Amino acid sequence: MKIHEYQGKQLLKDYRVAVPRGSVAFTPEEAGEAAAAIGSSAYVVKAQIHAGGRGKAGGVKVVHSPEQVSEAATELLGKVLVTHQTGREGKEVRRLLIEEGSAIDKEYYLGIVLDRKISRVTMIASSEGGMEIEEVAANTPEKIVRETIDPLIGLAPFQARRLAFAIGIPGDKVNQAVKLMLGLYQVFVEKDCTIAEINPLVLTKEGKIVALDAKLNFDDNGLFRHKDILELRDPNEEDQKEIEASKYGLNYIALDGNIGCMVNGAGLAMATMDIIKAYHGEPANFLDVGGGASKEKVEAAFRLILSDPHVEGILVNIFGGIMKCDVIAEGIVAATKSIGLNVPLVVRLEGTNVALGKEILKRSGLAISPAGNMADAAGKIVSLVDQTAGGVAQ
Amino acid sequence: MSILINKDTRVIVQGITGSQGLFHTQQMQAYGTRVVGGVTPGKGGTSVLGLPVFNTVQDAVRETGANCSIIYVPPAFAADAILEAADAGIPLVVTITEGIPVLDMVKVKQYLADKETRLIGPNCPGILTAEESKVGIMPGYIHRKGHVGVVSRSGTLTYEAVDQLSKLNIGQTTAVGIGGDPVIGTNFVDILKLFNQDPETYAVVMIGEIGGTSEEEAAAWAERYMDKPLIAFIGGRTAPPGKRMGHAGAIISGGKGTADEKISNLKSHGIAVAETPADIGETMAHRLKERGLLQDCLITAD
Repeated sequence: MKIHEYQGKQLLKDYRVAVPRGSVAFTPEEAGEAAAAIGSSAYVVKAQIHAGGRGKAGGVKVVHSPEQVSEAATELLGKVLVTHQTGREGKEVRRLLIEEGSAIDKEYYLGIVLDRKISRVTMIASSEGGMEIEEVAANTPEKIVRETIDPLIGLAPFQARRLAFAIGIPGDKVNQAVKLMLGLYQVFVEKDCTIAEINPLVLTKEGKIVALDAKLNFDDNGLFRHKDILELRDPNEEDQKEIEASKYGLNYIALDGNIGCMVNGAGLAMATMDIIKAYHGEPANFLDVGGGASKEKVEAAFRLILSDPHVEGILVNIFGGIMKCDVIAEGIVAATKSIGLNVPLVVRLEGTNVALGKEILKRSGLAISPAGNMADAAGKIVSLVDQTAGGVAQ
Repeated sequence: MSILINKDTRVIVQGITGSQGLFHTQQMQAYGTRVVGGVTPGKGGTSVLGLPVFNTVQDAVRETGANCSIIYVPPAFAADAILEAADAGIPLVVTITEGIPVLDMVKVKQYLADKETRLIGPNCPGILTAEESKVGIMPGYIHRKGHVGVVSRSGTLTYEAVDQLSKLNIGQTTAVGIGGDPVIGTNFVDILKLFNQDPETYAVVMIGEIGGTSEEEAAAWAERYMDKPLIAFIGGRTAPPGKRMGHAGAIISGGKGTADEKISNLKSHGIAVAETPADIGETMAHRLKERGLLQDCLITAD
């Protein structure tokens, strides 16, 4: 789960990480009031969307009076920002962070992630702040330093000092940096983060070490023990269909193609997308129905798939292990009837009670094309969709 | 022979009285697994499915001599269940539970570092040694005894691979699902080492997916040390970056961990990679034929 920068900064502040003074605004009036309350000679107005690259896309403005803050807010609110992380459709700005401006002397990078190779949390720092860390890693890997953290000890102050010295933080500012790093690590472990990133971390002209940006992502599996984090969820930033899907225990991700998929198991679901592509079709979604597929669940899955106007056919691929094929077949038949499905449907069933399942589909009298295996299924749905599309064109 | 488990493996079930635990215990018993007891705190002294239930893993081990545990405990308590099994000295712990917070697993993994316990999973379908023992949730009937090992990060894709092999009359020794999470107890390399040492295993199928670099590490290891044919499939060629594809570990991040990157890496290490998920069985059959092993791997009617 992702949160906004202003929410991340509030959280960091709770952990004694220095951040600029600022507050959130939903309207130009609120923005002006926020600026007046801060009282500074410079203000930064930052668009709050769940994507990076906002600066380059024109989502950050530096101005000098509360009036100008209101004007900048008028311009930004409602604007659709397209960055390298938003996709083509971009994201609409609905919230702004109004902050005091900082006079920057030097920029650094600081981040915490899981190093999957060694199953340990790692703190990463660099003297090259304000740039994409992936770029730094690719071009000047020697400018990235890291410390692997023992989960039972936590980040040790000596490790934080070592990082601070290594990235060139002036000696008399190292203690400030250490305090900030320890705070950041504490947030990471106490709130089950998957990423905690400050880019840039800055040394101001006044000699303060401050987190100028904050990106915190959270482990979905850890959210059950963090009600406070769940409250920070912004539904406007999340895919409505993905939210709807999760209500039914479905795992759905929208894609750009025209063939809807319903599969059991994440690995098989990915593989099903792959084989559609191998047959020159384009998957419209990833959808894992999980362990049980009742009539209600299949129906919800079909409705979800069909709510995408681009879908011209559906491929169901089920390898029933513990889940029985006859139960799934009944679910498919019932859902097809109640929805009044009018696009081609190819069903590949394999596993427990498969003969019974196939019989149920056949007896239903519905226009369901059975498939013997994955290749057969992909070939069939791609050609059926092509035929339908061809018919319309004629 | 086989790896990890066989017909003599003595299994206890942690979380045996939950609906998942109960159902799969019955399934395991039906497959022939030697289940010797279960653990549910507070229900010690009772029995289910003809098996004694204990309050602690320590009690269960002392009374039953179990050398393997399977965990169906809910995510919030699963990490603790693994620690308890390791503390009781169980050499093999299989964790089926999906949804354990990753930082819990980071601590568990550290705790296990100087223990004798091998952890399989979490978020995995378990282990099955064909026609001997199942410590997991796979559909047993698709597996047939033979000479090919299967190791996979995904559940249903494991079934797909096993099924394709069986339909080509290529039997299996053991199928191991190592799990789809970012932090897992046992990785591809560990399992490849075991298959490499197992005289009954003649060849291995590795099923990987997007995210992380464990397939690449396995490929580098296999090129140097593995003397048996290894073929692979990598799922998620069409997955978009930055989206978690069901498994917490299946995510392309920072431009790393894409399927194409993994496939070309595997090929550069001399591993045959199935072009589509429908070709896993055929790719193995082809490689066995090349190595003159196909006849030895076919199931003979007896």
